[in-house]
Amino acid sequence: MPMTIGVPRETYAGEKRVATVPEVVEKLIKLGFKVSVETGAGAAANFSDEAYRAAGAEIVATAAELWATSDIVFKVRAPSPDEVGLVREGGTLIDFIWPAQNPELMQQLAARKATVLAIDSLPRQLSRAQKMDALTSMASISGYRAVIEAANAFGRFFNGQITAAGKVPPAKVFVAGAGVAGLAAIGTAANLGAIVRANDTRAEVADQVVSLGGEFVKVDYEEEGSGGGGYAKVMSEGFQKAQREMYAKQAVEADIIITTALIPGKPAPKLITAEMVKSMKPGSVIVDMAAEQGGNCELTEPGQAVVKHGVTLIGYTDLASRLAKQASTLYSNNLLRLTEELCKTKDGVIDVNMDDDAIRGLTVIKDGEITWPPPPLQLPTAPAQAKPATAATPPKKSGHGAGEPASGRSLAITFAVGALLFWLVGAFAPASFLAHFTVFVLACFIGYMVIWNVTPALHTPLMSVTNAISSIIAVGALIQVAPPLGDAAEGRPDALILGLAVAALTLTAINMFGGFAVTRRMLAMFRK
Amino acid sequence: MSSSLVTMAYIAATILFILSLGGLSNPETSRRGNLYGIVGMTIAVLATVFGPRVTAAGFPWIIGSLAVGGTIGLYAARKVQMTQMPELVAIMHSLVGLAACIVGYASYVDTSITFTGAEKAIHEVEIYLGILIGAITFSGSVIAFGKLSGKISGKPVLLPARHWLNLAGLLAVIWFGAAFLGAHDIDAGMMPLAVMTVIALLFGVHMVMAIGGADMPVVVSMLNSYSGWAAAATGFMLSNDLLIVTGALVGSSGAILSYIMCQAMNRNFISVIAGGFGTGGGTAPAAGGAQPAGEVTAISAVETAELLRDSKSVIIVPGYGMAVAQAQHTVYEITKLLREKGVNVRFGIHPVAGRMPGHMNVLLAEAKVPYDIVFEMDELNEDFPDTDVAMVIGANDIVNPAAEDDPTSPIAGMPVLQVWKARTSIVMKRSMASGYAGVDNPLFYKDNNRMLFGDAKTMLDEVLLALKS
Repeated sequence: MPMTIGVPRETYAGEKRVATVPEVVEKLIKLGFKVSVETGAGAAANFSDEAYRAAGAEIVATAAELWATSDIVFKVRAPSPDEVGLVREGGTLIDFIWPAQNPELMQQLAARKATVLAIDSLPRQLSRAQKMDALTSMASISGYRAVIEAANAFGRFFNGQITAAGKVPPAKVFVAGAGVAGLAAIGTAANLGAIVRANDTRAEVADQVVSLGGEFVKVDYEEEGSGGGGYAKVMSEGFQKAQREMYAKQAVEADIIITTALIPGKPAPKLITAEMVKSMKPGSVIVDMAAEQGGNCELTEPGQAVVKHGVTLIGYTDLASRLAKQASTLYSNNLLRLTEELCKTKDGVIDVNMDDDAIRGLTVIKDGEITWPPPPLQLPTAPAQAKPATAATPPKKSGHGAGEPASGRSLAITFAVGALLFWLVGAFAPASFLAHFTVFVLACFIGYMVIWNVTPALHTPLMSVTNAISSIIAVGALIQVAPPLGDAAEGRPDALILGLAVAALTLTAINMFGGFAVTRRMLAMFRK
Repeated sequence: MSSSLVTMAYIAATILFILSLGGLSNPETSRRGNLYGIVGMTIAVLATVFGPRVTAAGFPWIIGSLAVGGTIGLYAARKVQMTQMPELVAIMHSLVGLAACIVGYASYVDTSITFTGAEKAIHEVEIYLGILIGAITFSGSVIAFGKLSGKISGKPVLLPARHWLNLAGLLAVIWFGAAFLGAHDIDAGMMPLAVMTVIALLFGVHMVMAIGGADMPVVVSMLNSYSGWAAAATGFMLSNDLLIVTGALVGSSGAILSYIMCQAMNRNFISVIAGGFGTGGGTAPAAGGAQPAGEVTAISAVETAELLRDSKSVIIVPGYGMAVAQAQHTVYEITKLLREKGVNVRFGIHPVAGRMPGHMNVLLAEAKVPYDIVFEMDELNEDFPDTDVAMVIGANDIVNPAAEDDPTSPIAGMPVLQVWKARTSIVMKRSMASGYAGVDNPLFYKDNNRMLFGDAKTMLDEVLLALKS
């Protein structure tokens, strides 16, 4: 009996996203599920009821009916008190819950004897969980939107230009916190042409910042703290002081500040003081992405855009929702991947397998029982990085070839062996042989010099042309066919030699004609 | 024609051959290079035929055998598919080897050539060596042909104690060589010569049988080299400088190609020739060594087309699988379509992709891919981070990140194309089977990698269809 997935309209004020888009509806149906969608659910994100119907979903008129008929409900925001009342006993709810911040909601949901999967509780450290990581996909959208909002409020170009009407300096953007959202903001602002600087307390993200076109600003602390006494405490204070000084300096220089600093389970750190806002140039913009958790700037008003001291302070808490279509698409893809994990049999029935690390972490309420927080994850112990010393050394290149010059020792050995061989040949071989030997050695060297110039793309034609040329052996057969015989002809098996020579000549002729012809054919194909 | 004139003609031919090889440094000049080769060969043959060493009595025989051989050769050259080039080259090497053998025997039984003392000994050593190299080239090339054309299994056949067998063969060859030199007349020398030929033939078979499919580029270029040395040995035997020079050119060309191929696999020549890659001791993945974790993400042809359409820069990495599926024409259709849309499409060629040096380049050229968008590994390996989509068609080991990351991997240190650094990589494969080296490929499990399962040709046709719609 296939289960029904219900997608209600989001009821939270201003929420434009929808948990499932028509494209994903099709894929869910392929997994064996039935899908019903509340009328108008996707309207704010530009998905019409017709599009859902065309994808195979059933359109349901009211939320009450939808919740009553659905075995599984996909949502974006945590359920409102009204919606909690609609949760079906034994049903399954998948959405953002934030169990740590909403203990009462957890109690209420548990009382409904439902199973709840909180997409925000995903164990993100599992690599296979990344495809379901809605926090990441929402954060990157928010980061993008933060830059767009800033650009909207900012009175100048982002990129520097020299126009007939004068020179335009590029905008300077400072991003505090280089998490997913911060990195998205850095990339977007850099793409718009701004000069982007960023800071994060985790020094290891510096490379990521640079890779997106930003510049990593270090907290200039080490010199200051070197004389400090009690290590940890002083360091932390000294660090914060240095960090404040750095922020103050950036505030004076930057046109736009985007803050993304969050500490899990705590109010957002106050990084930008009122003083710093005052020091900014008039017309500057601050986008405070931590507004929902109290804001990184002292003057932020959550949910609002306000102008204070000539600086626009944007504290919107619904940045992802402002890009509703994109956010809905990515979010519903995350849910689709999760559904695939829940329904490996593809028969339209989910199995909340508590032995699966990813699903265990996600499941915060199982059949009315609170299962949050999950036990600490037993990550498979990383394989011991015992690198054998010999294997870790870079591959040894042998001396000759087009590479670097040979080492002195191998060069000496080569010359010694060569000298010995030459001495042997010179001591025993007759003069007539030496003439040929000279030719041979010189020809080898010419071959060596010429072949290194051949472009690798033409290696196959090289082989076929050398193959054709090696049929020069025909000359050997030719002179055996009918040599002018003198007195020495006696006892010579003429017929046998003639037969052998003709056979050899035929073989080499195949090679000669075939080799040149096929090379010609191949080379004719190489064109610009 | 006097013998001095013949010598001058030979020098001219030699110069033309050198120019011919030099012309291959660039596709622009390569066609002229081939022409130089043809002219050089014509001069050499005509000078010999009309020279003092050939009497008019031989003309009918010469014309007849050249006509027969030439017809067969031209027919084969016209009919051969570009994917079959490795086979054709291998079988042609065998012809050179066989011809060297025959000329050697004919020279030995020819009583009109007499030497004494050290000259006689040297002449006989030359015959012996010429036949030895010729026989190895012949039988080795025949087996290589069989392996490349699929008539013989590509799997390495490893006899027990194979290194000892080879050593015993070598000692026997030396022993019979001594017997051959000590022989008083031709009949007495025939027996050691025949025994040596048989041993050489067996050695050629054994050597190539022990080498697996992906080491074929090395084998083919090595046989190329041998056919050159065979010609050079024949030249010594007949005291003919033209043969010596040409043989040396071809021989060093093949040797350098083998060296380049070995470098591209980060293996040394001896270990390739000793055979049995991936099966030897110590190469098995160490317990607890980096077993790829995670799971693969499949992708459909339609989604592939969407990814390609939305990208700005694409690098296509073809491998032997493309040749097997004959997919090069479809690849070009896709390339053309994308380029019309303004997508920067390039090809990245690993030196050992395919079954002979430059195999992929020839296939792409056949499909009319312009050669200025086909790059070597070193030329574009640094561009992957700026690439939206890297598409791997029927290749495996040459894009394996384990070669760089995992020192315990059997292919550690082999230079590879860093497709995983692209924003998305798509690997087209029939199944999850591992590559020739028997090494699992962590690339498949990377987050930014997608697998497009199925026959390369069929899937690419679907991608093309989706791109057009």
